[in-house]
Parts: sequence; structure tokens; C-alpha cells
Amino acid sequence: MYKLILPTRYFFKRRISILAVVAVALCVFMVVVVMTVMGGLVGEFRDKNHDFFGDCIVGTDSLVGFAYYDDFIAELKEQDFVLEATSVAKGFGLMTQSGADWNLGIEIMGFEPAAYARITNFARTVYYHKQNPEEAFIPSHDRTLPGCILGIDMSPVARDSQGIYYHNETPYRYELIISCFPLTAKGGLAKAGLDLANTKNFYYSDDLHSGLPKIDGKMVFMSLGDAQQMLGMAGPEPRASAIHIKFTDAIGVAAGCEKIGVIWQGFLESNKDRQYASLLGNVTVQSWQSYRRGSIAPMEKEHTMLMFVFSMLGIITIFIIFVVFYMVISHKSKDIGILKSIGVSRASIVGIFLAFASIIGVIGAAIGTAAGCAFLARINVLEDWLFDKFQWQLWDRSVYAIGDIPNKIEWHVLAIIAVSALAVSLVGAVIPTLRAAGKQPVEILRVDML
Amino acid sequence: MSEIINAAGIHKTYRMGRTSIEVLKGLDLSVERGSFLAIIGSSGSGKSTLLHILGALDRADAGTVQFNGSALDKFGARRLNQFRNKTVGFVFQFYHLLDELTVLENVTLPAMAAGGTFAWLTRRKSAKKKAMNLLERFGLGARITHKPYQLSGGERQRVAIARALMNDPEILLADEPTGNLDSETGNGILDALEELNRDGQTIIMVTHDEKIAHRACEIITLADGKIV
Repeated sequence: MYKLILPTRYFFKRRISILAVVAVALCVFMVVVVMTVMGGLVGEFRDKNHDFFGDCIVGTDSLVGFAYYDDFIAELKEQDFVLEATSVAKGFGLMTQSGADWNLGIEIMGFEPAAYARITNFARTVYYHKQNPEEAFIPSHDRTLPGCILGIDMSPVARDSQGIYYHNETPYRYELIISCFPLTAKGGLAKAGLDLANTKNFYYSDDLHSGLPKIDGKMVFMSLGDAQQMLGMAGPEPRASAIHIKFTDAIGVAAGCEKIGVIWQGFLESNKDRQYASLLGNVTVQSWQSYRRGSIAPMEKEHTMLMFVFSMLGIITIFIIFVVFYMVISHKSKDIGILKSIGVSRASIVGIFLAFASIIGVIGAAIGTAAGCAFLARINVLEDWLFDKFQWQLWDRSVYAIGDIPNKIEWHVLAIIAVSALAVSLVGAVIPTLRAAGKQPVEILRVDML
Repeated sequence: MSEIINAAGIHKTYRMGRTSIEVLKGLDLSVERGSFLAIIGSSGSGKSTLLHILGALDRADAGTVQFNGSALDKFGARRLNQFRNKTVGFVFQFYHLLDELTVLENVTLPAMAAGGTFAWLTRRKSAKKKAMNLLERFGLGARITHKPYQLSGGERQRVAIARALMNDPEILLADEPTGNLDSETGNGILDALEELNRDGQTIIMVTHDEKIAHRACEIITLADGKIV
């Protein structure tokens, strides 16, 4: 009975217990908030990349592209694990307006919008054509004109300092002149003389907000046919830069990519005698992670660094909790001496202080977790309030392409943090308790008398 | 009267860094059941150390202590705990009560520690009744719900004696039981010890005060680590 009474009394009668609870709660709160927000930012960035490019990309970095892509897509569509596959043409160009004295280097991406919407979250990233992505390249003011979608940060859409975009009801009539240098299948310039470039007028039909800075600030999207024309990939044997693929839920990305790799090897073999077979040699099969490695790797490196910093923080947290418990138990060493002098066993003494530590650990972890969840639930409201009152943002939206601060709580992470806090509390308590309980009673009592 | 404790050749040395102090130097002692023995000596003569060794709160470096013919140094941890719990009762100069527990809980603590939770539940009522009787006997019946810090020094020491008697120990060991009390309160404590001894309780009391020692039936003097 005393094993229940004593821990409870220790908890309620000692101010240092409250301090220990506060220490555990603060540590748990800090780790919950930081892990959720930073983990959310990295996870969100990865998800955005995955969402925008699909599961697997069969493509080449060469600006020339590769031929026979339709044959390979037809082969892919026979596979039961492939949900959709479509071709994409990519290249570079210059963009300006009629009579304007500016021009802008852009990346061009052409695809069939309906198919691309089935592979990626394209439909969700455009503003005016969420319901009918197949018409995304048709300007609403004149359906006969060639349209293009602009990355939102190149579009005429207004944006305030909080990063909120303000759209008109319909897209502006906004005419753009886009020029490209078309290449032949051998990589030479397709045109000669004064007329080196392909130039065409496009009309702003929509804007695209992917949340990925390089896409939103640099890319212009158009139909596959227009892109092929502009980049010199059209013709009797049209070329594409990549095939984007989405798998069914039945297969994972890695396993799917491995299968596609095998199919691609077979395709290479069976097409080796065709006229443009040499272009196929540059084509690689990559998962979305590998394809977007250039963007994701720095973020992941940052994430690794953050994990390292948080690991250090975790160790410091463990040390703080350990020290608090060491102090609490040291403060109670006289009691350990008394208990030993009346015949309480070492195991029972350890049990008393573990129960005491459990009370502190459980209450501290519960308070820290609840406070962390409550803070995360209101973090965006709080940030808005700070901006309204003091014009201060945690992440300046003119620099960081994020919307709301990520606050999605991962319950398993929460459980791990809470259980770790409890475990640390127990470890912090058990070591000084074992040390004290291992001594002769009189050793403890004599020290306490001094 | 039969012998309850026999200590032979007890040596104890304290080491503090490079300094070592030999407190007990081959001490021999025999205590009869039902006796009231006072051990006196100057400060640092080793009397408290001897008491702690006799009560198994400390171990001798050499020599043996036999209790009812059984050598304490042969006891395992479990038996040693039982010995501290049931066979001896300790009264300390500084009371050593648990501040978080009430007077009644402090007194019943040895009974609680004597068995598991289930065992305690079965004999909780009788243990509480016994604790109440002890507290009544020492004039503390009205103080059972008080915490130790709400009591005077004399009251605390009487609670400590009640706690020491809770499991009917065969021997009561008192280390300067009046050392922290004024003379009037100290006399009250000594009266209580005398009364216990009259009822058959074996008591060994350590004190540096000869006047107090004379309240016991037998006095031994410790000097230079030996009985003189």
C-alpha cells in the first residue's frame, strides 16, 4: 500500500515534482511542435514533387528527346499495374509581351492535360480549370486561340505580402510571345539564317500553383502538340522528353519502376534497328524521387541536418529530465535510508520511485502533448495574428513557397515522443534510486544528517 | 536471562580519501534478553557505529554479530530486510519520520512493509488498531492525522518509538534518543523506554550523557574503539 501512497504524496507535496512535470511537459511540447512543423515542411515538399510528376518517369535530359514514345506508352498501358502513362515535351525558351522591352528565360512543358491530370495533381494546381482540366489550355475569352498556363509567380495574379493570391473571375486577356530554338533529332538547330527561332503568340488561359518554387516561378505549360512544334520535336517521327507514369495502388513505386525498367530494356531491344534508336540510349527509368533528386536532395540534406540538430536537442532534453529526476531522488535519499532501515527491500524502493517517476512522466507527457496539439491547431491563426499586429511572419511567404504552416499531427510520432518522455523519466529516476537503494541504510542517513 | 546478541571482534574503519579512521578495534559485546543497556562514550568513540552494526544497518569490516545464535553477516538481502523489519526497532536521534505521511501512517509503515499489498489488506484493520494503541500509549492519540512537521521534537520521537515497536521487535535500538530534545522532554522519552523495558522489551541505548545512561540497567563505556 505504501508503494502507492508514497509516490502519490511525493507528487502532490513536493514543489520540485511540479518543476519536473513542467520540464517534461516543455520538452515534449517543444519536440512535438518542432517535429510536426519541420517534418511537415519536408514531407509536404516531397509530396508536392510526387504529386506533380507522378510515380515514374521514363525520360532523357537531352533537349532532343526520344522517338517511338507512343509505342512504349501503348506497351505500358497493357500492364495491369500501370494506371496511366502520358508523354511530355520539355525545353527552354524566352517569353515576352508584344511591345514590351523585357524578356524572360522560361522552361516549357507540354502535355495532354486530361492524361496528365490522371497521373498527377495537375487539376488541383490550376485555378480556373479544376473541374475541366482537359480544357486548361483553352483561353476562356477566345477558345480558338492557343493557350498556355503560367506558373503562378509569372502570372498576372496579384499576391499580397502574406502570400495570398487574388484571382479575377476569369483570366486576363494576356498575350505572350514565346520563342524557342528547335532542334533536330541529331541535336542540330532545325532552322537556319535569320529565322533560327520558333516564335508563337500564346494567351494566358490559367495559372498553376504547385507550391514548388522552380515550377511556379519559371515554367510555362502548353499542349503537347504546341510544345513539340516549338521545340522541333514534331514531325513524321515525333519526339518527347519523358513519359510520366502512375501506378495502381497494388504496387509500390520502387517495385513498379523496377518492372518498367525491365519492360524498357525489352523495348530497347525490339526497337534497336529503327531509325532513331540511338535516341533511346539516353533514356533512363527513374522513380519520382530520383527524377526530382536535384530539388529534393538539398531539402533532404536540410532535413538530415535538422534531424541531427533535433537529436542533439533530444539528448539535451533527456539530460534535463535526467538531472531533474536526479535532483528529485537525491532530495528524497533520506526517505530511502528510512525505508531501508525498516526493512523495505531494494526492489520495493525502486518500485516506489519508478511509480513516482511514472506519475511525473505520464502527467508531463500528457500536458506537453496536449499543449503541443493545441498550439499546432492554432499555429496558423497565431501567425496571422502576429502578422496583423506586428507584420511578422515565421516564414516570409515572399521567399518561401508554402501556404499554411504544416500542422498535421502524426499520431504515431506523438506516441513515440510521449513514450520516450516517459521512458526518459523512468531512466532518470531509476539510476539515482538504484545508487541510493544499493547503499547501507546508515550511509544514506549519515550523509543526510550532515 | 538468555543471550540475544553476541558481537565478537568487531572492527570498523571509515575511509575518507586517503584518511582512514579505525572506529571499532576488535570490540566484543554480549547483550541479555530483557536488559536495558546504555552504551556511553565521547563523540567519535564509535557507539553509534556499534549500534548500527548490531541492528544490521551497517556491516562490520571484521568480526561477527550473532543474533539469537544466527550470524548477521550470513544473512542474504531478503533475510536482512526481514530482520530490520521484524526483529529490531530503531529510534534515531533525528527521528527520521517520513514527512509525506501522517503520524498514523508513519507508525503503520513497518507493518505495511512486512508483506505485499494483499497481505496488508487482510490485516490492515488490526495493524491500524495496534498503531492507534501505541500512539495512545505515548499520548499521541489526538495527533494521528498530523504530519511530522506539525509535531514538537518530543512528539516526533515518541512517534518514532511507536513506529519502532509496531512489529513487536525483539530488541529496540535507540541512538541518542534524547539528543535533540530539551531535558524535560528527554525525560519523558526515557520514562517511556523504562516502561517498555519493565514490560520485557530489550533495549540498547546509545548516549554521550552519563546522567541519561544511568536510567538504563546496565552501562558500558566505549573508548578508543573498545569497551573499557
